[in-house]
Amino acid sequence: MILIDFFSWLGLPYEVSWTIGTAAMILALVVGLLLTCAFILLLDRKVWASVALRKGPNVVGPFGLLQSFADFIKFVAKEVIIPAGANKVIFALAPLISFVLAAIAWAVIPVAEGWVVSDINVGILYLFAISSLGVYGIIMGGWASNSKYPFLGSLRSAAQMVSYEVSIGFVLITVLLTAGTLNLSKIVEAQAQGWFLVSHLFPMAVVFFISALAETNRPPFDLPEAESELVAGYQVEYSSTWYLLFMVGEYLNIMLMCAMVTILFLGGWLPPLDIAPFNWVHGFFWFFIKLWAVFFLFAMTKAFVPRYRYDQLMRIGWKLFLPFSLVWVVLTAAYMLATQQPAAG
Amino acid sequence: MTYQTLLGYLPAIMPELVLGGGIMLVLLYGVFRGERSLISTALLTLLVLCVAAYYVVLGASDARVLAFGGSVVIDPFASFLKLLILGASAVAMIMALEFLKHEKLNRFEYPVLIGLSALGMLIMVSANDLMVLYVGLEMQSLALYVLAAFSRDNTRSTEAGLKYFVLGALSSGMLLYGISLIYGMSGTLNFDVLKGVIETQGMSIGLVIGMVFLAAGLAFKISAAPFHMWTPDVYEGAPTPVTAFFAAAPKVAAMGLFLRVLFGPFEAAVAQWQQIIIVLSVASMTLGAFAAIGQSNIKRLMAYSSIGHVGFALLGFVAGGEAGVKGVLIYLAIYVAMTLGAFICILAMRREGRQVEEIADLSGLSTTQPGLALALLVLMFSMIGIPPFAGFWAKFYVFLPVVEQGLYWLAVVGFLASVVSAVYYLKILRVIYFDDPAPRFTEPSYPGNGVLLAMSVLFITFFIFWPAPLLNAAGVAASSLVK
Amino acid sequence: MLMALAFYLFAAVLTVAAVMVIAARNPVHSVLFLILAFFNAAGLFVLLGAEFLAMTLVIVYVGAVAVLFLFVVMMLDIDFTELREGFLNYAPIGGLIGGVLLIELVLFLGGMMVAPASSAPRASPVREGVSNTQALGEVIYTQYIFVFQAAGMILLIAMIGAIVLTLRERTGVRRQNVAAQVGRTRAQAVENVDIKPGAGI
Repeated sequence: MILIDFFSWLGLPYEVSWTIGTAAMILALVVGLLLTCAFILLLDRKVWASVALRKGPNVVGPFGLLQSFADFIKFVAKEVIIPAGANKVIFALAPLISFVLAAIAWAVIPVAEGWVVSDINVGILYLFAISSLGVYGIIMGGWASNSKYPFLGSLRSAAQMVSYEVSIGFVLITVLLTAGTLNLSKIVEAQAQGWFLVSHLFPMAVVFFISALAETNRPPFDLPEAESELVAGYQVEYSSTWYLLFMVGEYLNIMLMCAMVTILFLGGWLPPLDIAPFNWVHGFFWFFIKLWAVFFLFAMTKAFVPRYRYDQLMRIGWKLFLPFSLVWVVLTAAYMLATQQPAAG
Repeated sequence: MTYQTLLGYLPAIMPELVLGGGIMLVLLYGVFRGERSLISTALLTLLVLCVAAYYVVLGASDARVLAFGGSVVIDPFASFLKLLILGASAVAMIMALEFLKHEKLNRFEYPVLIGLSALGMLIMVSANDLMVLYVGLEMQSLALYVLAAFSRDNTRSTEAGLKYFVLGALSSGMLLYGISLIYGMSGTLNFDVLKGVIETQGMSIGLVIGMVFLAAGLAFKISAAPFHMWTPDVYEGAPTPVTAFFAAAPKVAAMGLFLRVLFGPFEAAVAQWQQIIIVLSVASMTLGAFAAIGQSNIKRLMAYSSIGHVGFALLGFVAGGEAGVKGVLIYLAIYVAMTLGAFICILAMRREGRQVEEIADLSGLSTTQPGLALALLVLMFSMIGIPPFAGFWAKFYVFLPVVEQGLYWLAVVGFLASVVSAVYYLKILRVIYFDDPAPRFTEPSYPGNGVLLAMSVLFITFFIFWPAPLLNAAGVAASSLVK
Repeated sequence: MLMALAFYLFAAVLTVAAVMVIAARNPVHSVLFLILAFFNAAGLFVLLGAEFLAMTLVIVYVGAVAVLFLFVVMMLDIDFTELREGFLNYAPIGGLIGGVLLIELVLFLGGMMVAPASSAPRASPVREGVSNTQALGEVIYTQYIFVFQAAGMILLIAMIGAIVLTLRERTGVRRQNVAAQVGRTRAQAVENVDIKPGAGI
């Protein structure tokens, strides 16, 4: 919005300034995302190392800060290997789909007040839709590799993601019932009086966090790529840039889930308390800090929770989370009906 | 539409609410009780069906009540059919218990599926909106597909289920296509509005095409020729009590829906649909009469017989008017009683621990089990339409308006079809009364089926002395549909 | 301008993808084209201002139904040339039915007119200031509540049906009892045995 206003102030017609402004916003968002992704990756490895009493990456740059960039160059410079029996088109499409879907989901994420590429009315549904598509990259990659481990990995992944989407959907419903809107910016604004984390939605935040781990194939639910049994799951046959796309897509998805936790339960860009020292800082920083804090939890979970068995994973999804979140939807609706006047019209 | 308006609609749909809610409770009960709860779930479902029937009676009045913005209608026509459906479903469920126990199919889902299918049928006959029509139809069909394949370890049963499902999906597709064309041409889904549109603007070509597709889809559901292809295979493959259910309640519901559509919104288009119905009727009567002759499997024979009966019932559509609709309703009620009785007899055909289905297995039944033989005699005579029995009056009340309308040739075709169909009914009786006796059938362990059979036979035999309740009810129902 | 461009893009891709669904030789490709078609249909919905329907289409069809489709199709082992063998035998009758349908459609389009009842809602598809989602919710939960709930019952039947036809209670299988597993104490799990050297247990 700000950028569009800026370009119209320069005297350009509205259509032109809209196009340039939006393109600039998208560019800024993507660059910012990829940079954040590089450091998030580093944080992941550092946390994991610290828990294991290791140092982690510490050679490239000060404290190993440039490690991710070195890795990037390495991946890009490698040779692309496509297996002879692979279905080449789909094999090449799969990582692209993974990456693109992970990136376009960010279009509706408000990183600060008004700082959003597209402030659509059904933002939360859009996020849900896009995240439910993430499974295609994996399933296509696994199938097109024409190899056993990738295929098994992709089947596991598809079943896992479809299962946990159900409980994520119900969590989203409780949130939107409480906020009364599907627009992400308005959901954040609805938390001005207090974060949803410290309300009747707390159990849903827990369910969402755990489901987010499963949805993004993060440990302890990383069964699709369980290295001890499936080598690396659906990524076995991938190398070089294609592998990099898968990996970056995965981390973008993880960051998206962190952003969703931030927006849905931690008040997005809002300061923790609306008093003097806190509200001097721009909302973007609050969003950023919260995102990193949630990711820290992701990283810690990866570091010290052992991997679940597949039947346990399915049991948690279908027998625990689904009934629980379903009951919570009913309770939330009843609570909202009891405490608030229904909207007129 | 406010909250209060919506609450105000609830009394009108009480039977559906009771049935839906009750069946869900029964389902919960069954799930918690586990596999061995068939008898108790069946009794509970029976209770639910009875309570639903009680609410149908309670809500029955001469008035035409509309609910949910006119998409649901409760009138005597709907109430009559609902009682018939609930009764047929209850009988079909109770008569299955013994069979299910012997065939190791004693799972609690059977009564639940029957109940849910009955719910779909109630919605169908109350539909006053193309969307409600479709939803009700799908609900009953989906439950029926599962029931057809209920004996899942039996290849013929699974084949029947799959065949029924695929062809049923095709017919639903045709139905939906027709609905979409009708909606596209008239801009409404509601029957009353649609009727107004047709009366003021006439039938455009698009509406005619839409109506033809709708009729084709419904003809499939009532298994009228030439949309009958699935019937013999499904009837033969499905477990026998399921076949009995197929032959009774869903036919009533689909016929009721067919009547409601043709005599409601498309009343003004009678010139267009009458030819279609004549073709369906003549084809069904002829096919039912001739194709059944060569059958040796009694379930297959019953399939062709039911096709023939549908053809006769369709005669009432052709005649039209209050008398025609009344004839169809009477035909349906008597047909249900006859067909359920016949299937109880087929269920009794059990020898050496397994079910037998060949006509030859009945040989000499008159000496070994004279009671069962007599019951079959009455049922077969009634199906042919031999005078004192109810089957004759069923045919009488559909032929009469046809003759009154001056469609003599159609009445002659129907009469000839009945004569030809007598051949195969009499063939069964010949086997029973004149062939060498085969070993006895196993005695049933529950008395229930015997009682139901006795009720069916008594109704058919003594209908002539006490026809007034059925005739009056059908008359009121018909007059509420055709004004 | 942009809207028209987007429309033609979505419509063109949708049409091509739909044709490819039936033309593709490999069924996995067919399903993938089907997904592409769904996706573009969702795009068209967005252009129409029906954003809720667009998202629901993506979530339900692309995100759930098509995944299961893909799942099944990927695991099938079919000889595709064999499947196409009967094609020519049935081509005449199929062509005949297709031809009849085509004639009907042409007749239908020839007799097409705009229903008078539909002009009012078409003029203002969505009330001013009411979002698409709210507008849908207002009719689904009032006027169409009966059909909506009935649709729910249909899904219940489908679920019961799937369980009836496929669930098998296998005997001789050791089942998880999570409460018992979690509730196990050290005393129940560990036993101290005093073993004499060379004796074994």
